[in-house]
Amino acid sequence: MYEGLKKRGYISDEELKSAPGIPSAERRRKGPVAVIECIQCIPCNPCEASCKVNAIIVGDDITNLPHLDEDKCVGCASCIPICPGQAIFVVDDGFEEMRSRVMIPYEFLPLPQEGDVVTALDRSGKEVGDAEVLNVRKKENMDKTAVVTLAVSEQLSMGVRFFKPKK
Amino acid sequence: MQRHEMVCIGAGPAGLSAAIEAAKNGVQVAVYDENDRPGGQLFKQIHKFFGSREHRAMERGFDIGKSLLEEAQSLDVQVILDSVVMGIYENATMNIMVKDHVEEVKAEKVVVATGASENMIPFPGWTLPGVIGAGAAQTMANIHGVRPGKRLLMVGSGNVGVVVSYQMLQAGCEVAVVIDAAPEVGGYGVHASKVARTGVPFYMSHTVKKAHGKDRVEGATIVQVDETWKPVAGTGKSFDVDTICLAVGLNPMSQVLRMANCEMVYVPSLGGNIPAHDLNQETSVPGIYVAGDVSGIEEASSAMIEGNIAGLAIAHSMGYVENDPFHEQRDGFLESMKGLRAGPFGEKRAEGKRMLLEAMKG
Repeated sequence: MYEGLKKRGYISDEELKSAPGIPSAERRRKGPVAVIECIQCIPCNPCEASCKVNAIIVGDDITNLPHLDEDKCVGCASCIPICPGQAIFVVDDGFEEMRSRVMIPYEFLPLPQEGDVVTALDRSGKEVGDAEVLNVRKKENMDKTAVVTLAVSEQLSMGVRFFKPKK
Repeated sequence: MQRHEMVCIGAGPAGLSAAIEAAKNGVQVAVYDENDRPGGQLFKQIHKFFGSREHRAMERGFDIGKSLLEEAQSLDVQVILDSVVMGIYENATMNIMVKDHVEEVKAEKVVVATGASENMIPFPGWTLPGVIGAGAAQTMANIHGVRPGKRLLMVGSGNVGVVVSYQMLQAGCEVAVVIDAAPEVGGYGVHASKVARTGVPFYMSHTVKKAHGKDRVEGATIVQVDETWKPVAGTGKSFDVDTICLAVGLNPMSQVLRMANCEMVYVPSLGGNIPAHDLNQETSVPGIYVAGDVSGIEEASSAMIEGNIAGLAIAHSMGYVENDPFHEQRDGFLESMKGLRAGPFGEKRAEGKRMLLEAMKG
């Protein structure tokens, strides 16, 4: 466990498979759903209370990993800005024929604008293609963490986790 | 001589929490801090905190600092700044350098919440301008709005190293690499991941060999180390950086406690020599309490709970709180603390704290 995370600073594909917060491919195709990339038992539980449909379960022991009930999750993205580790994303593989949506937490300025084309990055920061900014959410109750929705090619929806503006 | 029921040394999260809890129960409290503004490290913490939602998780450190100060003010806690406690003598008598003069202060109870100082590691070129502590980088960027450098190398992958790396990226610096002599990332994986996904590489089992530059840092060479921490020949790599940021651990600032003859115990997992203390945060010297990093390096959330416990215990020992509500409230605090010290990251600290408790029992 933690081979990728502890050595390189980001989660490997194998580690991702073992996480209890990752929805199935089938569920992702049905529409937006939370992807909780939390694999270390650290004492933290705000995600649980942020979920209005009780789809995230941590339990009394706050070091438990968050479990996702993928059938309950409606992909509302309330949990994204709440996670202090910025480890929750929303993926929607049912968006368009060829494109998926990925919602990511973003704490950098300037914020991108709707319609921008940006460079998509994977968990290691590697450039993996272009993405279109579909939407930027930034409300008071998100406490300065914006949520940026990107459209990426379908096979990249579980790979793209960040972006940078084009030079 | 000035007299106070309770004096708190340090106006960080632990000290303010102790002051608030005691004052809430009727204790008269004065807090002294050597800095020109209160809050300790809280106002540098621009990230959202982990923890339980009952204990301010997902709030940002500077917002927590603001609300602690407001609460202390509303309870008539006196916060006296620019004040260095120079010595603590018998019966909790202290000499305090307040601005330009020395005052003699006597307290019935003292909470020492002096925090910690940063460790540094020496290497050729480490005295060049541009080699800074992670705390300094945070002060520059997050308090004064000054970018510490254009391109920096972070030494240390503990939570301070990864959190500050992220904050430097937010401030517009480029982070060339995060290195650590240890074989694994020391901080929370989620903090590391926020940095990694922006494209910053992590080199584990690497240390700084040398800082380059004539009048200031112009570059750095790092080298791989083996299991015995020895450099591996032929593994040197150079980076063009103008800043080398050190985040290589913290050391409790326990000088006044040693001066007061508090029993100290060496606990590496808590950062070095730590004052033995009981479940009320009271040291081996009756009337002297500790809270926060000085009683073992942890983080702000547990520092605040330790402060709460010390403040409550003082109010109880002075007769402001009855036995039953005291035990009920203290057990609540201890229960929350148990949560923060669980899991792979907390277990070692919990074990260290047990050693300190054992030392108190003799």
